[in-house]
Amino acid sequence: MSTATLTKPQAKRPGRSGRRLSLPALLLVIAGVLVLTSAVRLITGADGITSTGQMSTALRLAVPIGLAGLGGLWAERAGVVNIGLEGMMILGTWFGAWAGYQWGPWTGVAFGIIGGVLGGILHAVATVTFNVNHIVSGVAINILALGTTRYLSKFTFEGVPQGSSKQSPPIDSLGTFDIPGLSSGLNTLNGKHWFLVSDLAGLVGGLITDLSPLTVIAVALVPLSWWVLWRTAFGLRLRSCGENPVAAESLGVNVYKYKYLAVLISGGFAGLGGAFLSIVASNVYLDGQTAGRGYIGLAAMIFGNWMPGGLALGAGLFGYTDSLNLRGGTTNVHALILLLAILLVFGAAYLVWRKRHVPAAATAVVAVLMFLWYVSTDDVPRQVVTATPYVVTLLVLSFSAQHLRMPKADGLPYRKGQGK
Amino acid sequence: MKKFDKERVLLAVAGPVIALVLAIALTSVVLLASDRNPFEPYRLMLQQASYSDVQVLIVNQASMYYIAAIAVALGFRMNLFNIGVDGQYRLAVVMTAVVGANVALPNFLQIPLLLLVAMGTGALWAGIAGALKVTRGVSEVVATIMLNSIATAVIGYVTLAHVWGVQLGNNMTTGVMRKSGWIPGIDLGADVGEIYGLVFLAILLGVAYWLVLNRTRFGFDLRATGESETAAAASGVNAKRMVFVSMVISGAVAGLAGLPLLLGDTHTYSLSFPAGLGFTAIGIALLGRNHPGGIALAALLWALLDKASPALDYATPVAYEKEIATIMQGLIVFAVVISYEAVRQWGLRRQQKRVGAELAAAALKNS
Amino acid sequence: MVANHDIHLTVRKGTVHALVGENGAGKSTLMKILYGMQKPDEGTIAVDGEQVAFGSPADAIARGIGMVHQHFMLADNLTVLENTVLGSEKLHGIGGGARRKIKEISERYGLGVRPDVLVESLGVADRQRVEILKVLYRGARTLILDEPTAVLVPQEVDALFANLRELKSEGLAVIFISHKLGEVLSVADEITVIRRGTTVGTAVPAETTPRQLAEMMVGSELPTPETAESTVTDRPVIEVEGLTVYAAGASLGEVGEASDTAATAASGGTGTLLGDTPPGADVRRVLDDVTFTIHAGEVMGIAGVEGNGQTELIDALIGTKGADSGTLRFLGEDITPWPTRRRREHGVGYIPEDRHRQGLLLEAPLWENRILGHVTEKPNAKGFWLDPKGAQADTRRIVEEYDVRTPGIDVTAASLSGGNQQKLIVGREMSHSPKFLIAAHPTRGVDVGAQAQIWDRIREARREGLAVLLISADLDELIGLSDTLRVIYNGRLVADADPATVTPEELGSAMTGAAAGHLEHDESGAAEGATEAAPEDEAR
Repeated sequence: MSTATLTKPQAKRPGRSGRRLSLPALLLVIAGVLVLTSAVRLITGADGITSTGQMSTALRLAVPIGLAGLGGLWAERAGVVNIGLEGMMILGTWFGAWAGYQWGPWTGVAFGIIGGVLGGILHAVATVTFNVNHIVSGVAINILALGTTRYLSKFTFEGVPQGSSKQSPPIDSLGTFDIPGLSSGLNTLNGKHWFLVSDLAGLVGGLITDLSPLTVIAVALVPLSWWVLWRTAFGLRLRSCGENPVAAESLGVNVYKYKYLAVLISGGFAGLGGAFLSIVASNVYLDGQTAGRGYIGLAAMIFGNWMPGGLALGAGLFGYTDSLNLRGGTTNVHALILLLAILLVFGAAYLVWRKRHVPAAATAVVAVLMFLWYVSTDDVPRQVVTATPYVVTLLVLSFSAQHLRMPKADGLPYRKGQGK
Repeated sequence: MKKFDKERVLLAVAGPVIALVLAIALTSVVLLASDRNPFEPYRLMLQQASYSDVQVLIVNQASMYYIAAIAVALGFRMNLFNIGVDGQYRLAVVMTAVVGANVALPNFLQIPLLLLVAMGTGALWAGIAGALKVTRGVSEVVATIMLNSIATAVIGYVTLAHVWGVQLGNNMTTGVMRKSGWIPGIDLGADVGEIYGLVFLAILLGVAYWLVLNRTRFGFDLRATGESETAAAASGVNAKRMVFVSMVISGAVAGLAGLPLLLGDTHTYSLSFPAGLGFTAIGIALLGRNHPGGIALAALLWALLDKASPALDYATPVAYEKEIATIMQGLIVFAVVISYEAVRQWGLRRQQKRVGAELAAAALKNS
Repeated sequence: MVANHDIHLTVRKGTVHALVGENGAGKSTLMKILYGMQKPDEGTIAVDGEQVAFGSPADAIARGIGMVHQHFMLADNLTVLENTVLGSEKLHGIGGGARRKIKEISERYGLGVRPDVLVESLGVADRQRVEILKVLYRGARTLILDEPTAVLVPQEVDALFANLRELKSEGLAVIFISHKLGEVLSVADEITVIRRGTTVGTAVPAETTPRQLAEMMVGSELPTPETAESTVTDRPVIEVEGLTVYAAGASLGEVGEASDTAATAASGGTGTLLGDTPPGADVRRVLDDVTFTIHAGEVMGIAGVEGNGQTELIDALIGTKGADSGTLRFLGEDITPWPTRRRREHGVGYIPEDRHRQGLLLEAPLWENRILGHVTEKPNAKGFWLDPKGAQADTRRIVEEYDVRTPGIDVTAASLSGGNQQKLIVGREMSHSPKFLIAAHPTRGVDVGAQAQIWDRIREARREGLAVLLISADLDELIGLSDTLRVIYNGRLVADADPATVTPEELGSAMTGAAAGHLEHDESGAAEGATEAAPEDEAR
């Protein structure tokens, strides 16, 4: 069972060319959206949607999602579905906090990674050695991780000052940094609220202001993952295990080894994401801190078509919606309704151009409803904001799930010698 | 054939037994590592379980676990992962509580209405995931997980004061339900407690689950689709419709999971209503191997761990952390999935070998 | 059971040595030993005069032995280069160096392979060349090809043989495993025949007649195609008219599931986020205007290389996937809109192509498998409810009547052998008195005994008026069972032939589109050797 699609039997034939959006078209779309967003901001006066503060928070919230997504990517590229990312992340938050408040934040990060790897070991043993259904094993790990951290918290945090069975004592910060001059300059530019320029300033400024070193590391891991997986022998072998493990085995690749490594690395990424949550995004471990980010990371991975670049884009999108929620901006979300309505109008027009009239009509109706919603209310209930990231995930998956290409042997059981 | 029967029983039992033994052993290791006596907590919990008031608590809790686990198991038999049972049952409880607090029909109409509302809400919520899966190919795993969080948001909205929320004391609730919707239980005395009336609903659902899956054509189709979608399609099953219907039914059953507590005890929904039932149910369904009898035993075991462990915190002379029960539950789930798979594969291999041997022997005899 | 005993095989450099024997003779076991996948219990292997022992394929590769498997071991989503270098990245790296080496090998041996193409876009013959490239890349000096022509049509076989001659001229040794004598004769320098696990003898084709060779393979008896009285009536059972299926999901600009990427591929790869066929695009037809009628008592065989529309035809007939246009009439009634279940209930039997994935529930007991496909019919069900006792009793009957070797009906289907599984399926289908049977590769992977039994059942049912559509890759089966023979190529029925007189060559030409129309077997113009070659070509 995979995390993505119902496979559809297809007629066998050669010659299938790429189907993704080409790079120039994609950039054009992004540029268009930026312009539109800027326009909406001016119309609604909701400056929060592209402020440096918002972007900075968005980045900070995108990191754990992106790290979880990378974790999912590494595992699935080797053919192992990892639903247990959430549990591994929880382990990461706990171990990160436990080591962090005692021995310093960087040690905490290291331990957080180790915590995630421990979860990875369990998942690897279950799925690779025992061929347990990947999803079942992942769910089991989530349950186990939750119980374990709660139990351990009682032992470790409860007696310590400022700690309790649900929260760790505070951890020192890793420190943040700016790019001198540029950061403040962009911030001022953003404050001027000029069309497009200020938005771009906000976007770029947010990316370079108040940066934690861990954020930089996390962002660097995206191209690094791409390079290792697509430009090294190790990565090739790992990917072959997810595409056709029997073929890989016939060529002398030790499939078990690569699957194990992939799952351990996957756990490490999730653990790192958890450590980020408890050390950087906040400064304590909290029961329930992960709030489903492991799953959203998976969604980002699917959104990104199992490629690091797309994953980063997806994580950014989800981080943005998460930050909207966090920064209490009901007016911001309200303004985005208008943006969404306008985008839907464009979408409907595009569908008409493609002669797909029924979807066009449906989209147009939704667009009108959104307009009405925008016009008839001043803000949105808090709950809409809290639900936004999840609704967005569902919508994104609904539209993109059929155009994706997941690793061919993803989620399938493998046993050495099964090809003979 | 007798040989096969004995072996099959052995195989069926081996999985859970190995899992439990493994889990207990690992839990004891954890206890030792935490500098605690590895045997005392079990003794204390078993002792707790011998008290009748604790037993009532166990049965009541188990009934809710059971219903939720049946919902999960239905999905599992179809190779679908309805991780959304949690959102489905909570949403269903809230909607039922709201309807029950604002609509007052006579007893024999109110109760069926409430049951329908619960089933309908659960079915709807699961149906969204099902529809997304069959029309857009979205994995039901991710979809139901997202829907769980969206359900929390919806519940938050519904319990707002200006919507349907009613302040009762310090809690924001959905208001007290009308008496005609209260279901009486079996009163065993003031010291012991009351068994929820809807415990019988749980039993009924278990029987229905078994009957439908094993004795009806629809059940056969469902199981076939779960075992091999391609074979089922070739045999005439409309796979997409089956997936959707299964999700809906699973959701409908999930919707009933919270009702024993709601209609038999609290009569209102508030934030203190138990959450997380859905995830526990997954573990229980796994432990019970998707079999109605096995799930019953698993639910009772789980409820026992739940209800007997709080006393650990107050045990004398040494107190234990009650969270050890949570770890034990987690370890059980993990041990279960590994042990079942290992036993299953071993069993298959053995059967193939035995069939080969038997055929060879028969051939020899005949020649 | 001894698979190989006393095998003597000597292969010289710069030669093509064929290893010939019928199915089950022991060729695969021998090759597995040579390639290091299995250890011999006795005997020695010597390479270049030196004795060797192989513990794994890696050892064999190190010794310069390369195996080209019958079932390709390629990852679709990886490029040719990635597939080639996998596992041997140290040889030339995975970038420019590897690319150069691949191009060099490709040119030297005339393989025509492009390194950066995704394997998924390659056809069968090209994929085989990639497999050959893989072993050459690792410095193989001895190539073992396992049934390489099984998936090729005669013209592609010629191209392959040209490649093999290239290899030979460069001093490589090629071992060629096959059960097709005719082909082997045209390319091999030496032939070793294996029968029942032991070498029968070695011959040089130039000095041996096909008859002598065939005798070596099967002993002195050769089967002749069956001639029996025709049972074909003139009552049409299934009438197919204008059946057309477009490439997966595509239809001209319509709404719905057509948001599939294949449509965009058909329109030239203009992928978009909302993937759709621009109006007026030329859409590929997987089934193109197929029309035929099968009468009661008639077996219509359809020959064709896999992937030419057979699967889509079966899907359309059984109802698992509707056609885009055309009609189906069953006993005069239009069944085009009927779902699969209804068709099966009304007398359409189905022996699926892939019994493990479509015909059986492997982990269910036999009696539940008996229910599969007929869950609404007696004796499996009584109205809404299942009737396990009835199903079990009937399963016992089927096991008895169809000689399904099993200790009981409670064992899982997975524990039966392929032949017995297939017999169970045939028994199940026949038990509902079908009027039309779709038999897709009915004896694929089935032992000789079970195959004969299944053929007998089909013939028996045909005598009683069953109409059968037989789709098979086994030309013997087609020729032996069919009353009428058609050939499918690129989704169209391009040729028809008389099973009693047609030869595999003629069929093969039609299967590649080289011939069409009515295939006349030309008795007069053929040389004596050629006419002789006809029935013995595929020695059984």
